[in-house]
Amino acid sequence: MSHSSMWEAVTGIVRRDLLLAMRRWSDAAMSVFFLVIVVSLFPLGVGPEPAVLRTIAPGVLWVAALLTCLLSLARVFTPDYLDGVLEQMVLVPQPLSLLVLGKVLAHWVISGLPVVLLSPLLGLQFGLEGETLGVLVLSLLLGTPTLSMIGAIGAALVLGVRGSGLLVALLVLPLYVPVLIFGAGAVTSSMAGIGGEANLSLLGACLVLSLFLAPWATAAALRIALE
Amino acid sequence: MIWSKYSVPQAFYPLAGRLIPWFAAVAVILMVVGLYMGFFVAPTDFQQGESYRIIFVHVPAAWMSMFLYVVMAVWAGVGMGLNARLSFMMAQAIAPTGAMFTFLALLTGAMWGKPTWGAWWVWDARLTSELILLFQYAGVMLLRTSIDDVRRADRSSAVFALVGVVNVPIIYYSVQWWNTLHQGASVSMATGSKMAATMLMAMLIMTIAFWMYSIAVILARVRCVMLERESLPTWDEKPAAMPEAVEAR
Amino acid sequence: MLQAVGLSCRRGERRLFSDLNVKVERGKLLAVVGENGSGKTSLLRIFSSLLPPEDGSVRWEGQDIHQLKELYSGQLMYLGHLNGIKDDLTAVENLISSMALAGEPCTESEAKEALEAIGLKRLVHRLSSKVLSQGQKRRVALARLWLSTRPLWLLDEPFTSLDAASTAVVTQRLHAHLQREGLVVVVTHQEIALPAERLQQLRLAG
Repeated sequence: MSHSSMWEAVTGIVRRDLLLAMRRWSDAAMSVFFLVIVVSLFPLGVGPEPAVLRTIAPGVLWVAALLTCLLSLARVFTPDYLDGVLEQMVLVPQPLSLLVLGKVLAHWVISGLPVVLLSPLLGLQFGLEGETLGVLVLSLLLGTPTLSMIGAIGAALVLGVRGSGLLVALLVLPLYVPVLIFGAGAVTSSMAGIGGEANLSLLGACLVLSLFLAPWATAAALRIALE
Repeated sequence: MIWSKYSVPQAFYPLAGRLIPWFAAVAVILMVVGLYMGFFVAPTDFQQGESYRIIFVHVPAAWMSMFLYVVMAVWAGVGMGLNARLSFMMAQAIAPTGAMFTFLALLTGAMWGKPTWGAWWVWDARLTSELILLFQYAGVMLLRTSIDDVRRADRSSAVFALVGVVNVPIIYYSVQWWNTLHQGASVSMATGSKMAATMLMAMLIMTIAFWMYSIAVILARVRCVMLERESLPTWDEKPAAMPEAVEAR
Repeated sequence: MLQAVGLSCRRGERRLFSDLNVKVERGKLLAVVGENGSGKTSLLRIFSSLLPPEDGSVRWEGQDIHQLKELYSGQLMYLGHLNGIKDDLTAVENLISSMALAGEPCTESEAKEALEAIGLKRLVHRLSSKVLSQGQKRRVALARLWLSTRPLWLLDEPFTSLDAASTAVVTQRLHAHLQREGLVVVVTHQEIALPAERLQQLRLAG
């Protein structure tokens, strides 16, 4: 199959998913509101002490980002599974892992990018400033695509399985641990004045690794789900 | 080839049945010897006193927990590659034993932590990795039980096990990284080269005992899995019907 | 030529069929009939390579489809009992995006022609698909038959919720495809009004 039709199929998927997300903008808006609400709950629970808030900020913001991504995972493949588009996807003359990459990219634009864009505001709520805010945005920019990639594996594995909402969380959250550690670690080290570069490059390494492995595993899981 | 013959469930079932008592007996003997050496023969540690002796259970259990995860993933991978039913059954049978050892490692780690660190749980790098390993075992088992179709259950949990095997070293490394960043309690449990010869001996014996135990339990469980799946309870009583069945596959 | 050699299929505990042999030549339509639960859809899914058979193989032009992989996908068009259309897109958008996905991109005017060919008026083209009736949705899915250039068509109950006029239009389209040396495998309950020499029937026992 030629490269042009391969490209056509992948961009076709991205375009369609973005179009669908625009028609259903309330879904994406819900993710964003969820993020803002979860993050706002912490000062209410912990107390408004600025020093405490600044200490917990990296962890809170990153865990919230992670949960937001998790909640939107059900939207990656389930609609396609239910209306039969997934069958068509599997029977396409292009490698399925490439199409998966397109799906994940669209998912990230819809549910990951808003988190990245909103994070400076949330950081300000917790008293982060200057360079640390920049590191926060950068860490999320590098980390959230990895979350979408890993999440897609889980989403594909639980397609059509009973109790899939909870199950996908149990499967995916342990796999998110390294990203959480490096992401929150980058922000923490930046606050401590030692710079977040080391953590950021590790996040980059995670992204590259997941780019190579996750689409392949997701494709295998999708085929199994459709048998 | 004898191995290809025994890779067929019908032939494997009686073979496993004959092997189980042997492995079980060796496991019991070695465990008694190992525990005796660990708890009575090995010298008292001059820093930690008697409480350190739990490592004779803790360290072998932690080793087994990781080793069994890899073995499970290998069987899962073989199952996916060759589409072999027995491989999937092995992977299914290994998971609970692996989870049990992970839990044992966590439990003994906590028991050791209380007198040593003064707390039941500290976020030590090794313990945290074990905890996440336990989550992954739980994921493999829960995914399997949530799917009714056996074939899909086998293959889905195999994919997850394989993803997990990539994840385990990354987690181990990242948790250590995180530990140095936050300067948490990180006291090495295995004291390495300072270990007395009898201590090392006891630990090795315990490890082999756990191996034997694992093999015995996993074989017994794989037999149960076979009965559950194939609903052919005549296998172990009537070897006469076997050759035909072997040919048919 | 599509050929099934010694196929057997098991779903869960039930054996649906075993040692099934069938051959479909170019220019022929294979109608798979049988009672509910006899494995018609499973057979079609095995033909499409979605479902691996428990035993036996499917061959396309003499080669096992599991070795051909994506090359085989490039030969077939599959329409399952699900329509594969999105409620939030219009008929035209649905058709364009599913053709692009299949690797046979079409223009908007081609898509409109195809929809008209199957009897969906221009008025309907711009409506969101969620307001369409079952029959109209099925026709949006079937409009792909007017755009696809693939030789092998695998259709699962294409005539469900279609009226008599639409059924006739689709049958005509199938006939045209057969005349161009195409192959069709159809799972159906209905009689298909095609010349007898084009037809081949496979009855699956329950």
